[in-house]
Formats: sequence, C-alpha cells, structure tokens
Amino acid sequence: MNKLDKLESQSIFIIREAYKSFKNIGMLWSIGKDSTVLLWLAKKAFFGHVPFELIHIDTSYKIPEMIAYRDALAKELKLRLVVGQNKNAISGKRTFPDGLDRISCCRELKTIPLTKTLDGTGFRRVYDPKRDLWDEFESAEPYNAVIVGVRSDEEGSRSKERVFSSRDEKSEWDASAQPPELWNLYKTEFAPKTHVRVHPLLDWTELNIWEYIEREKIPTISIYYNQGDGKRYRSLGCYPCTNPVESDAGSPAEIIEELISGKFRNIAERSGRAQDKDGGGTLETLRKEGYM
Amino acid sequence: MQKNTERMNIVITGHVDHGKSTLVGRLLADTLSLPEGKLQDVRDSCKKNGRVFEYAFLLDALADEQKQGITIDSARIFFKSAQREYIIIDAPGHIEFLRNMLSGASRALAAVLVIDALEGVAENSRRHGLLLSLLGISQVVVAVNKLDALGYDENVFRRIKNEYEEYLETLNVKQVTFVPVSAREGKNITTMADETPWYDGKTLLGVLDSFQNQPSNEDLFFAMPLQDVYRFSDDNDERRIYAGTIVSGQVKTGDAVKFLPSNKEAHIKGVEVWNAPPKTSARAVEAAGFTLEEDLYLKHGEVMVKSDENAPVSAASKIRANLIWLGENPFVFGKSYTLKLGSAKVEASLAAIERFLGENENYNELRRNDCGSVVLNLSRPIALTSFYDNASLGRFVIVDGYDAAGGGIVLEAVSDENKNADLNADFEEELFALLKKYFPHRFAE
Repeated sequence: MNKLDKLESQSIFIIREAYKSFKNIGMLWSIGKDSTVLLWLAKKAFFGHVPFELIHIDTSYKIPEMIAYRDALAKELKLRLVVGQNKNAISGKRTFPDGLDRISCCRELKTIPLTKTLDGTGFRRVYDPKRDLWDEFESAEPYNAVIVGVRSDEEGSRSKERVFSSRDEKSEWDASAQPPELWNLYKTEFAPKTHVRVHPLLDWTELNIWEYIEREKIPTISIYYNQGDGKRYRSLGCYPCTNPVESDAGSPAEIIEELISGKFRNIAERSGRAQDKDGGGTLETLRKEGYM
Repeated sequence: MQKNTERMNIVITGHVDHGKSTLVGRLLADTLSLPEGKLQDVRDSCKKNGRVFEYAFLLDALADEQKQGITIDSARIFFKSAQREYIIIDAPGHIEFLRNMLSGASRALAAVLVIDALEGVAENSRRHGLLLSLLGISQVVVAVNKLDALGYDENVFRRIKNEYEEYLETLNVKQVTFVPVSAREGKNITTMADETPWYDGKTLLGVLDSFQNQPSNEDLFFAMPLQDVYRFSDDNDERRIYAGTIVSGQVKTGDAVKFLPSNKEAHIKGVEVWNAPPKTSARAVEAAGFTLEEDLYLKHGEVMVKSDENAPVSAASKIRANLIWLGENPFVFGKSYTLKLGSAKVEASLAAIERFLGENENYNELRRNDCGSVVLNLSRPIALTSFYDNASLGRFVIVDGYDAAGGGIVLEAVSDENKNADLNADFEEELFALLKKYFPHRFAE
C-alpha cells in the first residue's frame, strides 16, 4: 500500500466510526478541495452512498462560481444539502468591509450561523435530491456530531486537534484539556448535549489532497485552476478576504508539480487568507468559539 | 511524480527543557521543510515581542502556549528527508500532559528521546522509556543534547549512554541508538559535526532514515474486526455489506470465513468498491467491505477470520495486560468500566494488579499516570490476540463514564476454569430445552 492508500483507509475508518457512533451526524462541505475529498471518502466508505446531510454555511460573499458548483454537484451526486446563513447580519450590513473588521465579520457570517445550523436553531435551506427541490426550515433537530475536513498542516491550532474532538454547549473548544486518544481506538462516548467534531483528514497535507484529487479524478471547482489570466485560487473563501495567487497551473497534475518543486514549495497555503493575519492567534480565537 | 511515497510517524519525547522543541525546529529548518510564511511569522512575532528567535518557537503555535513557554499538546508537524516523509510529534515533557504525549506516541512507529547532557537521565527520561515500551514502540533513538555546553565531551556521552541503555534493557526495548547532538547549534542533526570526531555513527536524521517503516501484515493470518453492517435499501441498494478495516492477511471471493466469538460461518461473495475497478480480493490495511453468500445477523465487534487458517485469534473473557491509567479517578476494584478493543466494546473490571511498573508501588488501585501489569475480567468473551501476534487486536482503551481513562496492551488471554464451566452450563441448559421441545413425552410431569 502506498501513502495515499493508507491515508484513504485511515480516513474511511474514521468516517465509518463517526457514522456508527452518532445518531444525528452531518458533514461540513465548504465547497473547497479538502471537504470535497472528504465527501469523496464518504462515498467510498459507504459504497456510493452518503448516508448523512452535507452542511454549507453561505456567507453570501462566496465567490459566485462556488455556489454554482455546489448546486451542480449536489444534484449530480444526489446529496442532501443543508445551507445555513445569518440573514440578519447580511441585511443589516454587519459585515466586512461595510461595518465590521474581518474577524468580527467571520464571527457574524460563519461562526454564528454554523453554531445555529448545528444546534438546530437557525434558518436553513435544504436541497432534497429525490425531488430536486429546495425547502426552507426555521429550525431542525440538532446535530450530535459533524465531520469536518481540517488538516493539521494548515495552521498551528489545527495541528493540535484530536480526531474526535468535543465542544461544549456553547460550541467552545478547550485545546489544552483534551482527552487522550490512543491508536485508532477513538473515544466515541460523550455526555448528552456534547457536540463533537470529527476530523478524518488531520494527517493529510495540501500535497496529498491534490495527489488524491488527481488519482481519483475528483470533480473540483474551476477557480482552483488558471483560467487563462495567469491567476488561480489556492484556498477558497469569501471574495473580500481571499486573493488568487499568480500561477499558470491548469490541472491537478500541474498544481502537484508546483507544490513539489515549483514556486509554492515553501509558501503556506493560507497566505492568501487575510483573516489569519490580524494579530497573533486569530484563527485560534475563532476556533475556540466554534469556527472550523 | 510521487517521489516520497513512504511516510513514517515519529514521536519526540523527553524531560521538560531538555530541548525537544528546539530539536524539532532544527530538523524542520535543516531539511528545508518549513513553509516560508511560518518561519517569517515566528521571526516577526519575536521581533514584535522583543524576544530572541529560537527554533522551538516554530512549534509553539497556540497563543496560550507561547505565554506559558511550554508545549501543551502533541503538535503534528511534517518534514521530508531524501528517504521519506515524516510526521513528527513533539510530545510534551510535563508530567501533567502525559495523556497528550501518549496520544501522539500511540501513532508513532519510532521515537526520538531527548536527554539533556547537562542534567543526565531524569525521572521523565525513564518514564517515557517505560511508556514507549508500553505502547510497543521498539525503534528508539536517544539524542544526547546540549553537548555544546560541555565542549562535546565524549565521557559525558558515554556515561549517559551506558546508564540509559541499562535501564531500557530492563524494559525489553531493543534497537536503541545514541547520537551526541547539539540541537541549538545543529550538530549531528542532519550533517556530521567536526566537533565530535570520536563519534562514528550516523546523524540523527540518518538513524531515523534507517528505521523500518510499518511491517506489512499482508502475509500473515487474515483478520478483520467487523466495524459495521450496511444496507442502504432507502437508496435502492439491497446489498448487505460487512465493512471493516483488515488488520492482517488477505481474503478473496469464495473463501470460507468465520466470525469470532459467535463462530458463525459464511463465504465471501463479493469484494465491494466504489469508483475503483472491480476486484476479487482485499488485503491488510484496506478499509474493505464484503457481501456474503449467507445472510448473517452480526453485530459490530465480531472479528472475521478464515475458516481454514488457524489464526491466533481467540475469544477471551479474562486478559492479562500492561496498562497505563490516565483517568481523573483512580482505577479501582469492584467498579465497571468500558473496554474497547478492535471494534468490540465490552464491560470490564479490575481483577488483579500483579506488578507495578514505575515508582509509588500501590496494589490497591492505579492512580493517574500509574502503570502496571493487571488482570481484567470482561463481561462477555471478545475476539483478540496478544499484542505481539497482532497490534490492532492486542491493544485496548478503557473508558470510565465519558472519560478516556486508560490504555494498554494484551499480554495473553487468561483461561478461566469457571468461565468454561459457565459455558458448559449454558450448553446443557440449551440442550435440555431442545430435548424438552422435541421429546416432550420423555419429560412428562
């Protein structure tokens, strides 16, 4: 077995363990490459089925191609998709750059609707693949657990995560008081009302993700590739805070080449994401409050 | 294009302030494995806070860690040598963070143990050696660090080497290599140092590269803990798929298989896959799924083996094990715990503490961070092996309520005369019931 086979196997084991252990579980799908790999692994784990809902938080500032790609793939792969949004913050302009700084905007448009979508109290639109229709709900059953595609090589605080990581009732994370997690014997026993984040991709690197996309021919969104103007997105987010990088890479193979020996060999992936830079430990502050 | 297809998890451990984080920072920098942004971020942050840059700061990414100046959790860090890719786990040296050190170390195949030459073998150096042996990690390199402060004195190195080697031998940890280093100065880390002409071994990186990656169990007996059984009939899929990760050996369609401990037998009908070419066999480490010729009602926790293979997997309800306790509350007699092994989950209780490993001998209970050889009673038999026959079927964790409280390795299944008597009694009762049903006239009252 090569490296990718082992990573695939390990992640499928974790996804199956999560599905077995929690009554109401969902998977966060940010539309980006990591969570799309995660979606692919779920299809593999359950032999073509995705037996849980996919959750997307729509800030309304997403790069437009992302939403089109999301809806097309949900239809093609027959995914039950739940879309949460903080409508009040958007209509009240509590956003960046209109009224807030970047971090407060992340809190309003991502952390708050994510928390409310997960605990069942927030408004959501739900795509039903069988009827090919969208429904709207003011609330829903809370999720006990959610599968998330964070990787430990992305950023410091993510490297500290457990595979099964608990959040308290307020979705908060205490990084320094985590339980032991030995071998792959994950503790899946949690007190009622605990919300659990499951992280099957911790051991994957950005390079592994692209190698797997290439091998499996996973459909990814076009803006990861040079569209002819010498620019592409390396990491996806909201357009006011995410910048494309200068790159000619037009395919997964060319991106892999770029990461191994090309210009991005020594440059961090999230260098185009502005919210990581506002003061020390910013992403960690957001994550403690429930951000992914 | 995939040049580094091999990957190895290693753990770096040692007493507090013996220089683990510095060593890791150095390994990252000297193998050119750092993203440019990261090094610059840390240099900028040092400048902003008026601190002198240290390699150790690279790892202390969490905000509250930087304030306290100690490593709290096992960070996962990646680096590459010419040989392979490493995931390096910088384990905390503080005893109160032992659970984090173990979480990291349990995923490792090899360990770097750092000893400060100025201080010599410390309590935690011994303790971490003990824990590595408990986790079954046998490939260990000891970095005798900070030799720059002692003028690279060969005698100091020899003295520490002899003392620690003697200790590790008592724990059955073999294949230990000692390297004299200075992490801060980058000596003998990735290149041989002129300062230690008396040392003719390899650099630290050279020793790591010489370690064996995970031995493949493919050629051994077949075993797969049954993780779950799927049937997505809501989605118009009538297949009943028996899913799990194969921990040893291989299996193909048509093979006769048996589930333990239920002893139910079946034949492999199909090897199920999605988005992959059809296949007729599966092997160790694959997350597999099978359909069976016979529809069996099985719960997760069973272990699938081949009927004709005589795998050393046995159903046991009493085990002898080496264990480390990490729980808030001590591990005590007369209390029920949950034991998880493979995909099985069973009630367990402490039957005996046979040997205390480490200091503070106490045969009434195991307190947080205590290690011991124990006997455990299980409420029903589960399929397992000794740790040495198969690591995945020979290690377990113990959950106390919702608290992940301990972990250990199975030394052996303990045969229990009474349990066999119980089984016989069950059998007799069942037989009696059947006789009564089919030959009622014989039992007329």
